[in-house]
Amino acid sequence: MAEETENKVKPPSRQYPDPAKKIEQEVKTTGHSWDGIEEYDNPMPRWWVWIFIITIVWSFGYWIAYPAWPGIQSATSGLLGYSSRANVTQEIAEFEERNEVFFAQLNDTELDEIREDDELMRFAVNAGGSVFAAQCSQCHGAGGAGVQAAGYPNLLNDDWLWGGTMEDIHQTILYGIRNEDFPDARWSEMPAFGRDGLLDDEEIDQVVHYVLSLSGSDHDAELAAAGAENYEMNCASCHMDDGSGDYFIGAPALNNQIWLYGGSFEAIRHSIYYSRFGVMPGFAERLREAEIRAVAAYVHQLGGGQ
Amino acid sequence: MGILDHHKKIETHATLLLVLSFLVVTIGGIVQIVPLFYLENTIEKVEGMRPYSPLEIKGREIYLREGCYNCHSQMIRPMRDEVERYGHYSLAAESMYDHPFQWGSKRTGPDLARLGGRYSDDWHVQHMIDPQSVVPESIMPPYGFMLNRELTRTDAEHVRDIMRVYRTLGHPYTDEMMELAVSDFFAQADEFGDPVAERYPGAQQRSFDGQEGIVTEMDAIIAYMQMLGTLVDFDTFVPDPSR
Repeated sequence: MAEETENKVKPPSRQYPDPAKKIEQEVKTTGHSWDGIEEYDNPMPRWWVWIFIITIVWSFGYWIAYPAWPGIQSATSGLLGYSSRANVTQEIAEFEERNEVFFAQLNDTELDEIREDDELMRFAVNAGGSVFAAQCSQCHGAGGAGVQAAGYPNLLNDDWLWGGTMEDIHQTILYGIRNEDFPDARWSEMPAFGRDGLLDDEEIDQVVHYVLSLSGSDHDAELAAAGAENYEMNCASCHMDDGSGDYFIGAPALNNQIWLYGGSFEAIRHSIYYSRFGVMPGFAERLREAEIRAVAAYVHQLGGGQ
Repeated sequence: MGILDHHKKIETHATLLLVLSFLVVTIGGIVQIVPLFYLENTIEKVEGMRPYSPLEIKGREIYLREGCYNCHSQMIRPMRDEVERYGHYSLAAESMYDHPFQWGSKRTGPDLARLGGRYSDDWHVQHMIDPQSVVPESIMPPYGFMLNRELTRTDAEHVRDIMRVYRTLGHPYTDEMMELAVSDFFAQADEFGDPVAERYPGAQQRSFDGQEGIVTEMDAIIAYMQMLGTLVDFDTFVPDPSR
């Protein structure tokens, strides 16, 4: 073994200086000695010392330019007059002023004509998009696809509850749905056929199958036929004979396979048994008219605008 | 080199170094901390601030217990993007009854300083049960278990104890508030209960979690969240721009 190692180890090609030895020659020690261990008295790096000095000098300039020293009533305000509150107010005012031109134009344009003006429409979609992200996306989703489990409507398809024209969308955003904040809120209430004993369990099952048959979904033809009469008596006045629904009272269309709360047997049965009562707040007091118009334009162009 | 030589004396005398360091730290502390107690800037009074109602205190305790502050701040900074997204920037006075305050600089989730009234109670319940069902891109863990944790008289009495501590810290709880603390605790989760808003202006009162008849942790946390940032009426507030 020993022989082998000797053969393999090559002598170093160059002689490195011993760093400890070098320092010993140039740097003094502090004179302290603990158990023979001595402490070098190295100076701090020059660059570090200079930066330290510069920061101290800089601080004098900073005190003069910016709010700094506390006084009796308030702190010194600084020559630059910096104030975070004033800055944000001013910045918002600046953008307001630039947007005001378009906001005024939005207010003056008929809802249906907004999309005919390319520049105005571009502004409306962008402004409406940011309002949508802050105010609407929580329920309707960042992309507007809604949340079926919770009954938050999808805004991307062309199936509408209360109508999909610019006027309709604008009205819905303005006053909301089934809230008590606005007398003009859209309002309708479906009876809870099961809970309130209007139909018995068997009849409800039949109606569910009939409803499923309207959109050509999987259903039991026999039960569906049995449910037809009850559908016509109890449901058709709002949802229409063919299940096409009615925008005027917010009755959803049942003849397509787009479902607000899900299209399974259980989900539909739950809707008929307990009814549903989806609520949307009105934004008349939270947003400006121009912003509401912008959101309406944004929602209208998401995919289903009429 | 004269002055530096003197400095060496300090460096080599431990006691002297200790005394002088303490002096320097004291001066620094006085300059930085003391003005906060008297400068107009930091003690600005605003209309509408009131101490938390008993159920809101419970909600806040749950908020702290679950570590919500690890991801959510409650401080809107005076910057355009934050003001546009969250609402009016936060005022120091809005945290006057927070021990400890819930400011922060780490926002994994959004700021919650003005959360109140922004979502429906139903939304909150759904969001707590399954955050991703309403916000697909969210990484928040679910907190649906709060629906099953019923609050008892012991919880209410504990909140009353907390109020007693707050009172010693200077929160203006009146004798009447203290006396009714336990009943207010349960009344706030009942739409037809004794109106809590008489003692706590602006307090909202209803079954927050949709489970009538019982008061759960979900009621408490939603009562707290629906109150956040709603106490100051910014239509009447005039900010001093020099601050």
